[in-house]
Amino acid sequence: MSGDPADGHRRPSGHVKVSRVSIMLGESDKAFQAVDDLSFEVAPGELLCLLGPSGCGKSTVLGALAGHLEIATGAITLDGEPVAGPSPDRGLVFQQHTLFPWKKVRHNVAFGPKMRRVARRERLKAAADLLALVGLAGFEDFYPAQLSGGMQQRVEIARVLINHPRVLLMDEPFSALDALTRARMQQVLLDIWTRIPTTTVFVTHDIDEALFLADRIIVMSHRPGRVIDDIRLPFARPRHADLVTEPDFVRLKRHVMGLLRHRDT
Amino acid sequence: MATRPRQAVRWAIRAASIGACLGLWQFAATAHLNLGAVTFRNVPPPTEVAEAAMVLLRSPKLMAHLGSSLARVFAGYGAAALLGIALGIAIGRSRAASDLLLPPLELLRPIPAVAWIPLSILIFTSSEMSMIFITFIGALFPIILNTVHGVANVDQRLIASARSLGGNRLAILQEIVLPGAAPAIVTGLAIGMGTSWFCLVTAEMISGQFGIGYYTWEAYTLQNYADIVVGMLVIGLMGMGSSWALTSLGRVLMPWHRPSAAR
Repeated sequence: MSGDPADGHRRPSGHVKVSRVSIMLGESDKAFQAVDDLSFEVAPGELLCLLGPSGCGKSTVLGALAGHLEIATGAITLDGEPVAGPSPDRGLVFQQHTLFPWKKVRHNVAFGPKMRRVARRERLKAAADLLALVGLAGFEDFYPAQLSGGMQQRVEIARVLINHPRVLLMDEPFSALDALTRARMQQVLLDIWTRIPTTTVFVTHDIDEALFLADRIIVMSHRPGRVIDDIRLPFARPRHADLVTEPDFVRLKRHVMGLLRHRDT
Repeated sequence: MATRPRQAVRWAIRAASIGACLGLWQFAATAHLNLGAVTFRNVPPPTEVAEAAMVLLRSPKLMAHLGSSLARVFAGYGAAALLGIALGIAIGRSRAASDLLLPPLELLRPIPAVAWIPLSILIFTSSEMSMIFITFIGALFPIILNTVHGVANVDQRLIASARSLGGNRLAILQEIVLPGAAPAIVTGLAIGMGTSWFCLVTAEMISGQFGIGYYTWEAYTLQNYADIVVGMLVIGLMGMGSSWALTSLGRVLMPWHRPSAAR
């Protein structure tokens, strides 16, 4: 693969700051506090995993970072600018793909540039480059329904990355995939992230996944979600599947399991 | 290997079934079968109907009748399609439009289109216009309601994701809402096409001067009984043809709707 599709647009940015954020969900009398007084920062280029039990509000935080949810108190900024509404600057990948069924793969990926009125030839070229980057060269003319789950998530990632986002937000993107595909997709993600270093906030409830992917893990408590630990991972990159059996990995895994078990029930 | 002969047998059975129906009809008509409540005394046999059909096919009358029926359907149905889709999208997308437009439409909806015939003859000065109006009314409601349904059921996640990728309101309408609602819209168009023909034929029987419904009714009043059945067959063929045209259009417009499974 020659040439990096994001070259020339790379910004040394993507500094996320979440300060004292609370988020309410639900309508008036049924409203509840999903996130309470949450603060953390993500350094430019860092791959951060938000890890927590289901219902801890980690996806809610991500929704607020994406600009799809309003925060009740506190502030969220990206490179100093407050987050207000969705933007291609903050690319979001969901657990279930949201590819447009009526668009071929290449047109799905080229959607962002089309919205920016990039010329057709240019945006299709960019789409082809990104599809090659995620390992889907040759699938440009398929419809999403014709692809496997893992391939659909690759297209989704390409469609977000084509906008050169300053931060990549991933909401359990691989949890609907089978174990083998999930492991492969984790490797694919790390590979892409190495080629296009982008600040990434990755939400998961899978401890192995978080330990394998992240530079840093923020462990969240049960609802309302608070930070219960902030762990910087010592593992070298590039990482390989064997990592999960190394003593350091197992030790950290045991530590995180303890944290989560402690708060369970 | 066994499938081929089995297919052939099935087709033979199907053909025989049609043949048997025609045979029964021929027998009942030529024998002037009288079953008390039902009598075949005035029913023409298929052979006579075929002869009458050949006569009509050769005469310029056919094109005149078909032409005026088709022109009415194109005008009435075409207007209903344009207005119905536009109203349906507005109602489905905007709460204000829904509050403003839906109540009167909901009140008018339960009235069957053919019940509009007397009033529309009074309202419109030309009978031509009144017939076009009936085909319009017949098609309008199914098209509006299916469009509203389709638009309202577009996956909200797709809209959110399009917004995230930088789509504005107009782009989301064009790129997400319209294609997302397209299958429901095409269903509405197909249902509307059926009711449109039904209403047209009825209106033509009552107030027409040309047209295939008028032809059929005229045949009855002139006691050309074979022509009645010819008229019925032509009406059936037109309905079949237009619904085939719509399905093909749907397939061309929505290639993603039934993609062949790859890999």
